[in-house]
Amino acid sequence: MNNTIETQKKNIIELKNITVRFDGETILDDMSLSIGDGEFVTLLGSSGCGKTTTLRIIAGFLDPDEGEVFFDSKNINGVPPYKREVNTIFQRYALFPNYNVFDNIAYGLRVRHVPEAEVKQRVQEMLTLVNLNGFEKRPITKLSGGQQQRVAIARALILRPKVLLLDEPLAALDLKLRKDMQNELKNIQKALGITFIFVTHDQEEALSMSDTVVVMNEGKIQQIGSPIDIYNEPENAFVADFIGESNILDGIMKKDLLASFSGRDFNCLDKGFEPNEPVDIVVRPEDVDIVGVNEGMLKGIVTSVTFRGVHFEIIVDIGGFKWMIQTTDEHRAGEEVGLYIEPDAIHVMKKSKYSGQFGDYSSYSDELDELNQLPDEEDEE
Amino acid sequence: MKKQSFLQRLLGAPYVLWAAIFIVVPLLIVVYYSFTDSAGNFTLENIKSLVDYKEIFWISIEYSLIATVITLIIAYPFAYIMSRKRESSQRIMMMLVMLPMWMNLLIRTYSWMNILEKNGIINNLLAGIGLEPLKMIGTPGAVIFGMIYNYLPYMILPIYSVMVKIDKSVLEAAEDLGSNSLSKLRRIIIPMSMPGVVSGITMVFVPSVSTFYISQKLGGKIMLVGDAIEKQIQSLYNYNLGAALSLVLMVMILLSMALMKKFAGEGDGNLYV
Amino acid sequence: MKKVSGNIFLVLIYILLYAPLLVMVFFSFNEAKSTSVFKGFSLKWYSELFSSANTINALRNTLVLAALSAVIATLIGTAAAVYIYYCRSKAWKNTLDVVTNIPMMNPDIVTGVSLMLLFVFIGRLIGAKESLNFMTLLIAHVTFCLPYVILNVLPKLNQTDPHLSEAAQDLGSTPLQAFFKIILPAIMPGVMSGLVMSFTLSLDDFVISYYTTGSSFQTLPLLIFAMTKKTVKPDMYALSTLIFVTVLVLLIISNIIQAKSEKKERVGK
Repeated sequence: MNNTIETQKKNIIELKNITVRFDGETILDDMSLSIGDGEFVTLLGSSGCGKTTTLRIIAGFLDPDEGEVFFDSKNINGVPPYKREVNTIFQRYALFPNYNVFDNIAYGLRVRHVPEAEVKQRVQEMLTLVNLNGFEKRPITKLSGGQQQRVAIARALILRPKVLLLDEPLAALDLKLRKDMQNELKNIQKALGITFIFVTHDQEEALSMSDTVVVMNEGKIQQIGSPIDIYNEPENAFVADFIGESNILDGIMKKDLLASFSGRDFNCLDKGFEPNEPVDIVVRPEDVDIVGVNEGMLKGIVTSVTFRGVHFEIIVDIGGFKWMIQTTDEHRAGEEVGLYIEPDAIHVMKKSKYSGQFGDYSSYSDELDELNQLPDEEDEE
Repeated sequence: MKKQSFLQRLLGAPYVLWAAIFIVVPLLIVVYYSFTDSAGNFTLENIKSLVDYKEIFWISIEYSLIATVITLIIAYPFAYIMSRKRESSQRIMMMLVMLPMWMNLLIRTYSWMNILEKNGIINNLLAGIGLEPLKMIGTPGAVIFGMIYNYLPYMILPIYSVMVKIDKSVLEAAEDLGSNSLSKLRRIIIPMSMPGVVSGITMVFVPSVSTFYISQKLGGKIMLVGDAIEKQIQSLYNYNLGAALSLVLMVMILLSMALMKKFAGEGDGNLYV
Repeated sequence: MKKVSGNIFLVLIYILLYAPLLVMVFFSFNEAKSTSVFKGFSLKWYSELFSSANTINALRNTLVLAALSAVIATLIGTAAAVYIYYCRSKAWKNTLDVVTNIPMMNPDIVTGVSLMLLFVFIGRLIGAKESLNFMTLLIAHVTFCLPYVILNVLPKLNQTDPHLSEAAQDLGSTPLQAFFKIILPAIMPGVMSGLVMSFTLSLDDFVISYYTTGSSFQTLPLLIFAMTKKTVKPDMYALSTLIFVTVLVLLIISNIIQAKSEKKERVGK
């Protein structure tokens, strides 16, 4: 598998056929990835998918069992982290507790014996960049989570790395602060024009910040693409389920532009499949219209209704398959409804090993979803 | 990623070597001496002659068990009352508990001998008000008292440190749910302080059962395992029998600790948590 | 009422704890040689103490031994704690855990006897005239101090951010620089308390020293033991009183410093 990000710019990082095993388990499985200079790339996946391991290989904390790592077209296998021109922002920041804000930020320059006058000037620049002017003397234990985050950013950026690695940097912040920091990080990246490789399990974060999203699972890349592509054109059932909400159904592609599922034929926009090829069908919950029973293409019974603020989340049972539909109209449980699906709402995917694992909302629960998305701990190393 | 770096090995090597030579090997040497005679030939004589020490082992266990139980009975309410005091006074009180331990055990024990002996301070006082002198030194009670006195802080300390950690809100929640003081004690404080009790018991029992100085000074002719080992090694130079006695003492303590852990259900007892 | 009886209980226990210390201090000023009949106030045992070469020698030995074994144990133990912390193999970690536990679980007498037998065994192998000497005593003290150092340092390591060393390396430090500039300062409180604990343990140890020292090297606890074999003169009490007062003063000073720094921290917030 060779996933190359289409870009005019040259590649700054290239991973070729990387394999990592630990205790008999394969963490990364023959993974290849190229990252263009100046891109904002997000590695997205749930705990244990190999995203943090990928980051650690680029940083140099981990040597792959097989495969090669290139930085600026030079092989950097075996180069220790302190000689690599990449810097990292760690999950819990890893600020140096024995130093104050200024000394934390100055650390990298002082290790390199940069003259103190220049250190002072560059630290000031960084403090301005992250809005921490006046905090120089503060011990880091007396900073809030958001302020610590800013120090971590400044500390990593002061060395003017070509690539900044960010390991779930926002996971420890509360929702409001996280949104602010998302914008701020994006702005910093644009302003400095350096490559960001961002690791997260939060799909919203990935979609809203990145130029390119790399969806990973079980040590393999599932899909690489722009956020819009990833959302609208998922390559397999895993991606479709992981990104947003999806109804994923078993179907057959009768011929070009005609798919069959839930016991009837639908016009669609997809083509290029074999006649009568079994496929997975994705229909996003917001793309289904609820209409009267008789006008519907499909008929079903509403089994539950949850108010979500902007819309209602309605589960409709159609022949035993539970659909999730998001609508602004109110319906009641037990009501019989018809569903109407436009051709452009239907997305057809080739069958994959994930077929049949996702897409039914019969056991759907918010709580479970959240539990599954707890931030990664050290479990990936 | 599995291999240790050179630097890591360099850090670990001194300790690994030290622990192997001065912790593991000595235990093997004890076993070696237990099963050889003074010329270094294999023999079971040492093990066989342990039968003569059955009585000594028995009273050592008996005295130290009694001492441990009484220590627990004193230390538990002591730690509890202390943990309810204001924080500033808790600190001073704890310091006052620890302070006597900074005084050499030998001196403290000797000082008790001065207090309890036939012409000692207590009997002098009794004589002063015209009472008959008491015989205290040389009794099992004096030995047990010596154990209690010397190791009481070892029981107070761990129990106290778990008790202060019991979240006040847990107790409030219990009250809120209708617990009175007694059931609060039974259902919350005692179960939650169990880890402290368990380590307190080991910290008192182990030095008690292996002591030799306390029994020599306060026990008169009473002989415990520690005295037997001391006698074999320091007076009779019978290292082989001394080793065999030590081996049995060690195995006995390891077994009782394993039993304690099982009884208290106290996790895996990992040191590095 | 309950509160009063609780306080009475506490006071009684404190009296019990301090009774022998009071006796000791009291009789150290006794003019007579007895340690149970007081004949009048005198400082003569204190002056005698300082003129006894034996006592002064033992005191010096004790301090030298405690300082040496504390420093060695702290160096080896701190390195070991860092090694254990970064050790990835669970099985190896557990093995080290068990081995480290042994000197703390074993009764002192067994530790002492086992080390003595090792030294005697080696002495016989190399045909030494005397197998026990200052070196064997030092080794024994380092051995029983080591677990306490590790036990003080490891929790500090566990409290630090697991990526601290990586962060320093990421910014250009070699692993060694990262250790000395970042990790060591972060765990310093644990290292210091390991050092202090080792020092006091060594200072106070009698049982293990009793089995592992040679005839040529005597420490204070060993001297006290030898003297209590016969009847103790009040000079021993005088010495103990001096030690006790020293410890008391040191404790009070360290408590005041601690309280001050805590106060400062609270104000800082």
